[in-house]
Amino acid sequence: MSILITRDTTFIIQGITGREAVNMTRECLDYGSKIVGGVTPGRAGRDIYGVPVYDTVAAIAKEKSVDGSVIAVPPAFTRDAVYEALECGIKILVIVTERIPRYEVAQMVELARLRGARIIGPNCLGVLSPGEAKMGGLGGRAEDARKAFTKGPIGVMSRSGGMTTEMCNTLTAAGLGQSTAVSIGGDAVIGSTYADLMPLYEADPETMAIVIYCEPGGRMEAELARYVVERKSRLPIVAFMAGRFMDEMPGMRFGHAGTIVEGKADTTAEKIARLEAAGISIAERIEDIPALVRKRLGI
Amino acid sequence: MRFYEYESKRLFGKYGIPLPTGSKVARTPAEAGAIATEIAGPVVLKSQVLTGGRMKAGGVLFAETAAEAARAAEKILALTINGHKPRGVLVEARAPIAQEYYLGVTWDGVNRLPVMIFSDMGGIDVEEVAEKHPEHIAKRNFSTLFPFSDFMAKELIASIGISGSDLNRLTQIAATLARVFRDHGLTLAEINPLVRLHDGRFLCLDGHVDMEDDARDTQKGLLRELGIDPAEKRQARPPSQFEIDGAAVDAVDHRGVAGNVVEFDGDLGLVIGAGGGSLTLFDAIRKHGGRPANYCEIGGNPSVTKACALTKLILAKRGVKKIAVMMNVVSNTRVDIVARGVIKGVVESGFDPAEKIAIFRIPGSWETEGFKILRHYGVEYCDRSVSMYEAAGRAVAKMK
Repeated sequence: MSILITRDTTFIIQGITGREAVNMTRECLDYGSKIVGGVTPGRAGRDIYGVPVYDTVAAIAKEKSVDGSVIAVPPAFTRDAVYEALECGIKILVIVTERIPRYEVAQMVELARLRGARIIGPNCLGVLSPGEAKMGGLGGRAEDARKAFTKGPIGVMSRSGGMTTEMCNTLTAAGLGQSTAVSIGGDAVIGSTYADLMPLYEADPETMAIVIYCEPGGRMEAELARYVVERKSRLPIVAFMAGRFMDEMPGMRFGHAGTIVEGKADTTAEKIARLEAAGISIAERIEDIPALVRKRLGI
Repeated sequence: MRFYEYESKRLFGKYGIPLPTGSKVARTPAEAGAIATEIAGPVVLKSQVLTGGRMKAGGVLFAETAAEAARAAEKILALTINGHKPRGVLVEARAPIAQEYYLGVTWDGVNRLPVMIFSDMGGIDVEEVAEKHPEHIAKRNFSTLFPFSDFMAKELIASIGISGSDLNRLTQIAATLARVFRDHGLTLAEINPLVRLHDGRFLCLDGHVDMEDDARDTQKGLLRELGIDPAEKRQARPPSQFEIDGAAVDAVDHRGVAGNVVEFDGDLGLVIGAGGGSLTLFDAIRKHGGRPANYCEIGGNPSVTKACALTKLILAKRGVKKIAVMMNVVSNTRVDIVARGVIKGVVESGFDPAEKIAIFRIPGSWETEGFKILRHYGVEYCDRSVSMYEAAGRAVAKMK
């Protein structure tokens, strides 16, 4: 099984005629995903690799059943596109757009909560369930995605899109397949955090362990540690912490917007201590992850 | 992007948050004297720097007369604090304080909502208050969708036992601060201390505002009004010429990212992928004992021109002996395009790619085509079977 998406998940791409979105459409279709339509206002009647383009989400929703949407529109129009999808009853939204103001992200997340929908991202590469479907740019071309991602028992969550692929590739090389990999996004405010997604993995009988990629900044790791302790999670977790050098340079911005260290609780040293106290294993190097997972699983 | 105190106060003043009398910035001692003359009473002079620890460093002085104020301003303007030269001196009237409070609005990343924080213990570190005196601090989330209403601030302030006219006056200030936060893409709007004078009036004695970078486009009007150059970066330290030149490389065309660089004093130039991959590789190089000359972001499928210009910039930096070109397994960035751009940059800088490129480790999209180019120029490269950590080790080994 997988979480969030399966081979039967139907989704649309908002902003489908953009350069990157056209490539993404091709990649997702080649991987076997069911894209039932695309939206670009004013371009109704065209098609992208056979996927029909509509002016509005409502026009697709009237004809077809739509489970999800990938939002790939410029930052200035993202909030409107997300509201449009939510008001049409779409329940899973992957926002790949970068550089959306935090207040607008918070508004989207708040409305999604009210509508019982889930947001992945923004500033993410989406979701990939090996052998099932991919929703977003994660893994790139289908042939490349098949190299890095294989079906198996490990759930993967990462604040970095690129490192999601790198970690899955390392797991794959070691014979450890993945149930679902989620690029959760690198911004300070995101729709779904590690702790938010944990219950989904817990409920998936196929997932046996979790691997996460972490960075400085924010309270997300602390929340995961709290979740694991309070809910007595059945899943062993292995974490890799990047950006340790940033502890020496408070206030500087490296990489993702979410990595700015504002307080002591945001440093990598503090996060590692918290994760370890919750029984989460810390991998010093990416290549150490498979052995740590095996050790925790006793295989 | 952090605001100077005087900019924060100008923003608060626009919304009617009460400020001390005067509250103007002087760029010269004579200007400071003139502001003190206008105030006609005891003044405080504060260095305008984007760093903490002003008081301890001697960046805050008091004066009774205009002549004293001018002398104090002269001292402050000459004083560098934590490597920051002051932008000016803020001159304000001093007033007798009866009580200090803390009021702040910031993001609650866990609930993904703004949070208002209030305490009747102001003037000190709010995290310390939260730890040692939790009964003196109150917090409340507010919605980004529904209107902010004054009662929310009132409930918060009343919850730590404040009543009477203090409650009503504080409610107005707190509700206003929430609106400032909402209207301008802020990540922090803070008044510390917020003070009550002996006559019962409240004043914002010191203010701190942070605006998120992604809000700059929508806040151009406000930035102009406050006299802030929209291009100003305002990191923890001022950008170096190398970093400014990097930003220029990135601005060449809109495709991909290449040129968001931070300067260090090492000898190994880095062309490393954006986001998480760059953090992982930077750590790996340091772990192997390497000395990075820069942190760098490249990704999102940059053009040959961009990769070439970035390579030239890094190679032109003093003390750089070799460069390492490394990324995690890439999805949308084309390996062959990066290889082409980097090699072009090395050749145009007058070097031999085989000698100057310590290692090339970018596996993924279009790698076969990329590896062919690298082979042709005799550059050492590796595929995904070599880990990022190991590739970093190989690069560092070549520096010895």
